[in-house]
Amino acid sequence: MRTRASILFIVLAALTLFLFMLDLSVGAVAVPLSDVWAALTGGECPRTTAKIILSIRLIKAIVALLAGAALSVSGLQMQTLFRNPLAGPYVLGISSGASLGVALFILGAPLFGLSASFASLGIAGAAWIGAAAVLIVIAAVGHRIKDIMVILILGMMFSSGVGAIVQILQYLSKEESLKAFVIWTMGSLGDITLSQLYILLPAVMMGLALAVVTIKPLNLLLFGEEYAVTMGLNIRRSRGLLFLSTTLLAGTVTAFCGPIGFIGLAMPHVTRMLFDNSDHRILIPGTVLTGASVLLLCDLVSKIFTLPVNAITALLGIPVVVWVVLRNKSVTR
Amino acid sequence: MIRLKNLSICYGSRILFDKVNTSFDNGQLTALIGRNGSGKSTLLRAIAGLNRQYSGDIILDGKDLRSLSPGGLAKSLAFVTTERTRIPNMRCVDVVAIGRAPYTNWIGRMQDIDRNIVMDAISSVGMENYAERTMDTMSDGECQRIMIARALAQDTPVMLLDEPTSFLDMPNRYELVSLLRTLAHVSGKCILFSTHELDVALRMCDSIALVDNGALHHLSVTEMVNSGHIQRLFSSPEVSFEELLWQNRK
Repeated sequence: MRTRASILFIVLAALTLFLFMLDLSVGAVAVPLSDVWAALTGGECPRTTAKIILSIRLIKAIVALLAGAALSVSGLQMQTLFRNPLAGPYVLGISSGASLGVALFILGAPLFGLSASFASLGIAGAAWIGAAAVLIVIAAVGHRIKDIMVILILGMMFSSGVGAIVQILQYLSKEESLKAFVIWTMGSLGDITLSQLYILLPAVMMGLALAVVTIKPLNLLLFGEEYAVTMGLNIRRSRGLLFLSTTLLAGTVTAFCGPIGFIGLAMPHVTRMLFDNSDHRILIPGTVLTGASVLLLCDLVSKIFTLPVNAITALLGIPVVVWVVLRNKSVTR
Repeated sequence: MIRLKNLSICYGSRILFDKVNTSFDNGQLTALIGRNGSGKSTLLRAIAGLNRQYSGDIILDGKDLRSLSPGGLAKSLAFVTTERTRIPNMRCVDVVAIGRAPYTNWIGRMQDIDRNIVMDAISSVGMENYAERTMDTMSDGECQRIMIARALAQDTPVMLLDEPTSFLDMPNRYELVSLLRTLAHVSGKCILFSTHELDVALRMCDSIALVDNGALHHLSVTEMVNSGHIQRLFSSPEVSFEELLWQNRK
C-alpha cells in the first residue's frame, strides 16, 4: 500500500518534470532538451535560446503547472465537501461567478461611465469577488438544503443565468472591451506577464497551503457533515477554510487564464484510481502532480496543433467524466 | 451517562418534547421507541450536538453539552447515523481509524496506541477478516458493524445509534443488538439507540424510552410491559401486542 504510493509519487514527479522540460522545448522554435536544461541551470547555450526559454516559455510553463495543480485540488475539495463525484469548480458555478465578475468589470464598468483600467489586479480582483460570492451563496443555501443534487442543479442554473447576463453585457458593450472579454473566455496559459505571475504564484501557493491544512477535515467530511461534526470537526471553520482555499485556487486561475474546464472535475478521479485510495494525505499531493502534468500535456498539445487549451482539456476530460458516470453501479447493470 | 433536565424540543411549531427529565446510565442498553415522526431522531441529534435548538439542559458525564468544544464533545459521545456510508477505495481499517480523529494531530497521524485501539474495535465487532476490504463490496450488516467499530475507536463513554437495525434482516438485527448489549455491559458504555423493532427492544434491552406526544417514558423493560403505554400507542384494529408483551413479561 505504502510502497505503491511512494512509487507513484516518484513516477508522477518525474513525469511532471519531464513534461515541464518538454513544454519549454516545444514551440515556434524547437529547442533541444539539453539546451533547455542549460538555459535553466545557467549552462552554455545560445543567448537567444536562453532568452526564449527564460523570458517567454518559462512563465507559460509555470502557469500551466500552477493552474493544473490549483484546479485539480479545488475540484477534489469540492467533490469531498459536497460528496458528489461530479462536483468541481466548473459545475458548481464558481468559474461562472468568476466570469461574471470579470464580465461586469471589463464589459459592465464602461457602460456606467467608469473607465476600467485593465490592470492585472483589477481582473483578478473581479474574478475573486465573483467566485467568492458564488461560494458564499452556495454555503448559505447549502446549509439548508439536504439534497446535494439540488445544489448542483442550482449551480447549473446559475451558470446559465450568468451566461444570459454576459450576453446582454456583450450586446451592449463596445468593440474593444468585448474583444478583451471574449479572449479571456477562450482560456489561455500564455497571456500572463511576469508581474501577473507575481500575483498568481503567491495566491495559488496560499490556496495550496490552506488545502494542506484542510486534509484532516476533508478526511472526516468523506463521511458526511454529521459524522464529521460528531468526530470533532469545527464545521464552520473547516468550511470557511475550504471555501477560501478553493476561491484562491480556482478563482485566481480563472481570473488570469480564463475558465479552463474539466481538469478540476476529472483529475481527482484519475488520482483516486491511480492510488486506489481516498485518504486526502495521499490525494492532495497526488492531484497536485496529476493536475500539473496533465495541464502541461494539454499545453503541449495545444502548442503543437495551435488550438485553444480549453478545447484540449475538454477533449481529455470528457471521457473521464463519462467513465465516472458509467462506473457508478446504480446507473449500469 | 446522559442526563436530560427540563429538555424541550420543538420542530417548527410542534412540540416534540416538553420538559423531559430522565437519565441514561453507564453500562445500560436503552432502546428509544416511538411512532414515525414522534421525534426519536430529533432527540438523538440534540444529544449528539447536531441540533442546538432546544431549551433545558443536556448533560454528558457531568458536563453541559453547550459548554463542550467540538473536540471535547467528540471525546464524550460517538454517533452512528442512519446513513449507509460507502466510501470507495477506503479499507475498513482506515474507516475505523477515522474514529481516532479527536485524538490525532492536525494531519491525523496515527500513533501505535491508536492503531491498537482500532484493531481492538474491529475485533470487538467481529470483523477482523474484513479489515483490508472496502465497504462497497460488503453487505449492510457488515458495513453497520464497521461503522460501530468506528464509533468504538472514538473511545467515548456514550454511544448513540439512529435506527441501526433498519436495513438488516432478522438474524442480523438480533446479532447487532446483542453486540450492543455486550458492549454496554462489558465496557460500561451508555448506549442509546432508536428502533422500530419492538420485539428486539423488549427482548434485548435493559430499559426502554418511549416517545409519547411530548413526554418521554423511560422505564425498565418489565415496567414498560406492564405500563400499558405500548398497547395504547402502537395498537390498531389490525395489530395486537398482547402476545408479544405476554412473552416478555418476566
